[in-house]
Amino acid sequence: MCLPIVLTAPTEFTSGAAHGYGNVAATTLGNNRTPDTIVVVVMALPQLSRSLTGLLVGTSSIIQQRTFGVSPVAAAIQKMTRVRVVDNSSLGNTPYHRAPRVIHVYTKNGVGKVGDRVLLAIKGQKKKALIVGHKMPGERMSPRFDSNNVVLIEENGNPTGTRIKVPIPTHLRKLEGDFSKVLAIASSFV
Amino acid sequence: MAACAKGLDKLIFSLRSLRTLQLRNERGLSTSVCRPSPREDNDPPKFTPPPKPVVIDKTQTVASMRKFLSPEFIPPRQRTDPFKFSMERKDMVRRRKVLNIPEFYAGSILAVTMADPNASGKMNRFVGICIQRGGKGLGATFVLRNIIDNQGVEICYEMYSPRIQSVEVLKLEKRLDDNLMYLRDALPEYSTVDPDMKPESCSTSGEVPVNKIKVRMLPKPWSKHWERPRFGIQGIRFDLCMTPRQMEFVQKWAQPWQEYDMLKEYDTSRLEEQIFSEVQREMSK
Repeated sequence: MCLPIVLTAPTEFTSGAAHGYGNVAATTLGNNRTPDTIVVVVMALPQLSRSLTGLLVGTSSIIQQRTFGVSPVAAAIQKMTRVRVVDNSSLGNTPYHRAPRVIHVYTKNGVGKVGDRVLLAIKGQKKKALIVGHKMPGERMSPRFDSNNVVLIEENGNPTGTRIKVPIPTHLRKLEGDFSKVLAIASSFV
Repeated sequence: MAACAKGLDKLIFSLRSLRTLQLRNERGLSTSVCRPSPREDNDPPKFTPPPKPVVIDKTQTVASMRKFLSPEFIPPRQRTDPFKFSMERKDMVRRRKVLNIPEFYAGSILAVTMADPNASGKMNRFVGICIQRGGKGLGATFVLRNIIDNQGVEICYEMYSPRIQSVEVLKLEKRLDDNLMYLRDALPEYSTVDPDMKPESCSTSGEVPVNKIKVRMLPKPWSKHWERPRFGIQGIRFDLCMTPRQMEFVQKWAQPWQEYDMLKEYDTSRLEEQIFSEVQREMSK
């Protein structure tokens, strides 16, 4: 049975800043037995989608359906978490069919908070990174971000990219010694 | 223009006369050898501070000003001794005398300056919309949310923390719900607040304006099932994101007997009046 698909353009969204989400919902209006139309709302697509980093990147006319669930945040960042790379390095920003994932956390327990180093699997290669923000609520007066943010780092602690657009929590400055170069490329602090 | 010029002349004249009087007195005291003031021999004149200016807002009577008791003053229904709550209230009032915590609700836009040893200039200012007010007593908190550089940021501030230097309300308003956590799953335009926003004047009498906005959501899945009746959210446009059949399905989780549950009743009206009068008395001391 052919289903006419209606694409609505994102005209009603005010610009200001590009929205950081690129996913798509497909809802079936009408009875379930005879679906008449599938209305697909395609949001404006920048590089990163809302909770899936790296997916739906590239051409803007992809219609996809989200058939998985997103569980609430249990621990901050652990193995197999999909993260968002926030610097302007080429490795972090070129599209790939798999999101960058954490494969090892360099702490005593396997839980990574802000300021911890992790090992990522990006584009088929291993790369170290520094956590600069997570979705889990932490200390009372410290910020909580809407995405798990990570900055790519070399073995000696130097950042791979040259600029970080996203705000960074100020308590990273306390761990001055290793991350001074990362703090130097940060543009704003929260 | 001529009127103010005249007034300015008078002002300058009076200033000049004051200054000459001052100089005359000083000159008098310094040049005379034997001071003709026997009453001030041993101890210098006690310094009496000038009386504090009392600001009386003559345009409004006390009765017309809006009565507001911050929700963290109202103690929860527990088996603890009320003395503990009254001690906490004393400490809360002591802190409020130093730092002015204005009236605000979930949905108001606030700017909070916090002392931060790690921030440049030692102060950290954050502007955001208040999405939740929680906690009772000295541990009361409020969460501010804003979107900076396409990144959503939330900070949970402790209201009575000594790190907070100032709290200003840029826009005082209420929303249809007390808890706006669903803004995390709403379109980012609803959580964006301009960090350089100027404070809007609000009236101190009459009702607080209610913003009846209904927010559009991002596609599902959401972080919580906001459509379910246990959250009781009025401020979301469910007609855009859910079908009527889905809305009916969600009613399966409704618990209509809860509003009739007598053991869950907690009438705070008398307690509120008592605490309000007590806090007013303490604050005016």
